[in-house]
Amino acid sequence: MNEKFESIKNEILSGIEDLQSSKAVYELKKHFLDSKSGKIGLLMKEMKNIAPEERAGFGKGVNDLKEWALQRFAELDEKIKAKELQMRYEQEKIDVTEPATAKKTGNLHPITQMRNEIIDVFAGMGFEVMENKEIENDYYNFTALNTPKDHPARDMQDTFYLSPEFLLATQTSAAQIHTMEAKKPPIKILCPGKVFRSDDDATHSPMFHQMEGLVVDKKITLCDLKGMLDVFVQKIYGEGTTTRLRPSYFPFTEPSVEVDVSCFECGGKGCKLCKGTGWIEILGAGIVNRKVLSNCGIDPDEYSGLAFGIGIERATMLKYGINNIKLLFESDLKVLDQIDNN
Amino acid sequence: MLVPLSWLKEYVDINVEPRELEKKLFSCGFEVEEAYEVGKDVSGIVVGLVEECEPIPETHLHVCKVNAGAHGTFQVCCGADNVCTGGKFPLALVGASVYATAKDHKTVEGVMTIKKGKLRGYDSEGMLCSGTELGVSEDMYEGAGYNGLLVLPADAVPGADVKPILGLDDWIFDVSITANRPDCQSILGLAREVAAVLDLPLKEPAYDYVETDVKKDGFTVSVTALDLCPRYIGHYVYDVKIGPSPAWMKRRLALVGQASISNIVDITNYVMLEMGQPMHAFDSEYIEGNAIVVRRAGNGEKITTLDEQEYTLNENNLVICDGVKAVALAGVMGGLNSEIRDTTAAVIFEAAKFARDNIRKTARALGKRTDASAKFEKGVDEYSTVYAMKRALHLIDELGCGKVSSTHVDVNTGNSIDPREMKVSLRKVNDVLGIDVPEQDVLHIMKNLNFAPVISGDELTIQVPAYREDMDSYPDVAEEVIRMYGYDHVIPTFMPDALVTTGGMNAKQKSELKLKKDLCAHGAFECIHYSFFSPSDLDLIGLKEDAPERHAIRILNPINEELSLMRTTLAPSMLNAIARNQKKGNLEGRLFEIGKKFIAKELPLTEYPDERETLCIGIFGEKENFFTLKGLAEQVAKTLYVKFTYESVETTFTHPYQTANILCGETKVGYLGKVAYPVAEKLDLRTDAYILEIDLKLLNTLPAGKASFEPLPKFPGESRDLALVMDKSVTCGQVENCILSACKNAKRVTLFDKYEGGQIAAGKKSMAFTVEFVAGDEPFGADTVDGYVKKILKNLKFHLDIDLRQ
Repeated sequence: MNEKFESIKNEILSGIEDLQSSKAVYELKKHFLDSKSGKIGLLMKEMKNIAPEERAGFGKGVNDLKEWALQRFAELDEKIKAKELQMRYEQEKIDVTEPATAKKTGNLHPITQMRNEIIDVFAGMGFEVMENKEIENDYYNFTALNTPKDHPARDMQDTFYLSPEFLLATQTSAAQIHTMEAKKPPIKILCPGKVFRSDDDATHSPMFHQMEGLVVDKKITLCDLKGMLDVFVQKIYGEGTTTRLRPSYFPFTEPSVEVDVSCFECGGKGCKLCKGTGWIEILGAGIVNRKVLSNCGIDPDEYSGLAFGIGIERATMLKYGINNIKLLFESDLKVLDQIDNN
Repeated sequence: MLVPLSWLKEYVDINVEPRELEKKLFSCGFEVEEAYEVGKDVSGIVVGLVEECEPIPETHLHVCKVNAGAHGTFQVCCGADNVCTGGKFPLALVGASVYATAKDHKTVEGVMTIKKGKLRGYDSEGMLCSGTELGVSEDMYEGAGYNGLLVLPADAVPGADVKPILGLDDWIFDVSITANRPDCQSILGLAREVAAVLDLPLKEPAYDYVETDVKKDGFTVSVTALDLCPRYIGHYVYDVKIGPSPAWMKRRLALVGQASISNIVDITNYVMLEMGQPMHAFDSEYIEGNAIVVRRAGNGEKITTLDEQEYTLNENNLVICDGVKAVALAGVMGGLNSEIRDTTAAVIFEAAKFARDNIRKTARALGKRTDASAKFEKGVDEYSTVYAMKRALHLIDELGCGKVSSTHVDVNTGNSIDPREMKVSLRKVNDVLGIDVPEQDVLHIMKNLNFAPVISGDELTIQVPAYREDMDSYPDVAEEVIRMYGYDHVIPTFMPDALVTTGGMNAKQKSELKLKKDLCAHGAFECIHYSFFSPSDLDLIGLKEDAPERHAIRILNPINEELSLMRTTLAPSMLNAIARNQKKGNLEGRLFEIGKKFIAKELPLTEYPDERETLCIGIFGEKENFFTLKGLAEQVAKTLYVKFTYESVETTFTHPYQTANILCGETKVGYLGKVAYPVAEKLDLRTDAYILEIDLKLLNTLPAGKASFEPLPKFPGESRDLALVMDKSVTCGQVENCILSACKNAKRVTLFDKYEGGQIAAGKKSMAFTVEFVAGDEPFGADTVDGYVKKILKNLKFHLDIDLRQ
């Protein structure tokens, strides 16, 4: 009997040698271990031919053989599965440097991105965002802003006229007047908007964007203007950035200042961006002219205010090193794709 | 404004270097746009004494030994005809920079460096120079205009730097003057500021002159338009001897680019530059009727100005006339008929103040802007009017080119040219600044600025000079103080007394930003286009003559016709943007813009037009089709919590069968469609393009939902696929609506297949839908959904004659 067991063992051992797939393993396993037709199973049928005293030994021998065979097949199964898995992986080998299939997303316009960045800073300081008209009348654009008809400051802004009365807003400052007429202090507003001047070259576009800021409250001073703008430039251009005020003139503020920011490229040492001066002009500002407050029915003896106006194109061009303002209005996807500080 | 340092020094003993002065001016509000040395291109030029000078045979050249003092003695070949032994000329040493001239020795062709050379076999170490080669004109230095060597004075020391001798070491500042400081549009005006900022005294120019007893009998000045000419001063000067101006005057005029013409004309120009007051001189012989009349021009009245241009005037223009005719276009330019000639023997000097807006309008309307008109536009003060006349008459005396009569007529409205008193509270001044400027500093600053300040308690009393028309109330004083005290004294604070306010964007602004971001998430890029467009844009999209979009607001003074109309639709700008992209090789992409269109109630505008926020999307490329664009429309609906429906429509610039109106409820809010082929062809588009416009302002007025939560169904849902056969005319939308209205448990209907062809009857088509059913309060029974389907099929048959496909 032992020879028989041995021969089955050898048969299994030689049978499993060439097996390559789990299907073949299954077939061979069935050939030996199927409970009805398997070679080992069939051995049990010979039990009746075995002498009674040897039956226990025979039964144990068959069971041992079965155990042994099961273990061999299990080992084999594991080996082949591992091999198959390996093959499957190998078949699915890819070149990870091939291009991604990510869904392409677009960008907000660089002007919108800059605008949002500025709004975020001032919103945190309690500034409400207002709407702006693109078409204004003479009173709101000029007269109420202390620029009467004969004022030479009207020449500072080459105005597009639509009728003797209506014009394209030359500055977002008109929104100051609309707001102050409708709302009493405390006022903290931001008025982003499109403005228009008859100017067309590499740094001037007939349409551009401004962000006007206005604060009207009690005891607002030039120091507050400086303090507020210092915070602003640090948030936009980084810690350590400072501002410099210098005298300027706008009809709607008195005193008026031009605000320079310490060059964020060279930190003030002087470079190409700041033309060696260490400073970059970024906005105009000042203490709201008393006449402007009076024009809006706000008592200039009780309240004072500060105002500032930022050119968003300029801020954007400085930030990204864009050298021609036209690029912002040509909608070239190769340009729009680059600025993604959404 | 160009300001020569040497001229400034006439009034202030400037004790700082030019660059330091530039900084000082900048700090007190006068930005120096450019500052340069007059001889910035020239260097290495010394006084050369010619000790030997021998002609080189058969040439016009001479070989010279030139003594250059400590620099040595050099052999120099020279072709100038005035080279001579014992002469002192500018010698450009080897390595020096001078202007290179053309063959005519007059035309400058750049800058060159002097090298050792050889002429006709003679070594030449350096070059003897002409005025042109040093950038010195006859007006800048007498004799420099000679086409040969510039002759230096006999006392010049060999080897000494030539620059100080010729004034090439002078500096020119190009200063930008803000509109509130017209009093600084002159050398003297700026000198006042320089004196103040450097804490130095100002030396006023001389205004004295001797009046003779001679009178121009019967001479009158009348001003009929005092509103446009509040002051007119005329003074008669006789025994005039027209001739050249003195060298010092010529030089100053030349430094600011003003050509010297004759002594009388130069005096008017000199005084304008010095005092900021434009002046004019009429040849008295041509003044008829012994009178000057300042009046509005008649409609159609003509005048020929000094530059021989004829202009037709109207009542908006102001003219200076004699008893008969117009002799000058007030504030802009004199008339040809009364100009100063070589023979002029007597003149009437004019100094006047004209209304700034009137001069501006005249200068603009006639397209004639002069130095004088520019000054009047910014504003001339009557103090300067009075003093400029005195100064001009002084110069007549000083130059000895005429006699000052006692005929002096000053027509004015009684405006004083004396200082006016102004009292302000120091507390208020400091409150504007937010710092306390020490009283001593306030006094010192105001004194330096000629305000003669006195402080008593909190009250600051100042005497405002008549030329400071900008000084109005205490913030002006605050500005004067801080610009001299220094903005670096301003300490940053953060509104310690202000009330807390809430900030940020409102709901509408947030929703617009969200819409933009959602479109970006779909691969679309935001664009910003000009708010104006071209009349040809309206033709591009084939608008009919009576289309409302043609009722566009026109800009009266556009940059050009292309930018002359306010947009009534955003589509043309988008189409042009697509075309530009395709020209640059970007053949696929998604663009969108949220901008305004402008709808006028009537033209020309009499009230604010309606500014309508509008969304425009343009997509193009092989991957795009009508439905990809519709997908974006659906995203818009989702973002704004509204539902859109679509119905076929035709427009003038889109595909007749691939265009739909976008409806929100019953209201048409926009359209979308494929760009029509002829339009695409006009734009040279290489791939198909699709366009959408939605009136966001209108959409915002319609009812919308909001972000909300619906509990998930308790029981599982089921779905069924239905393949249906119907007439070709039946639309997908009709089928969907019919299914949804037939069964309230049918929640979603999705088309998944379409078929037309041999397997179904002619005139019919097949569409297959997945219908998703949602269970209500109890789970579906075995036949529940089949019952729904039966009901749906019955409804489809009844309303649309639709059968289940066999």
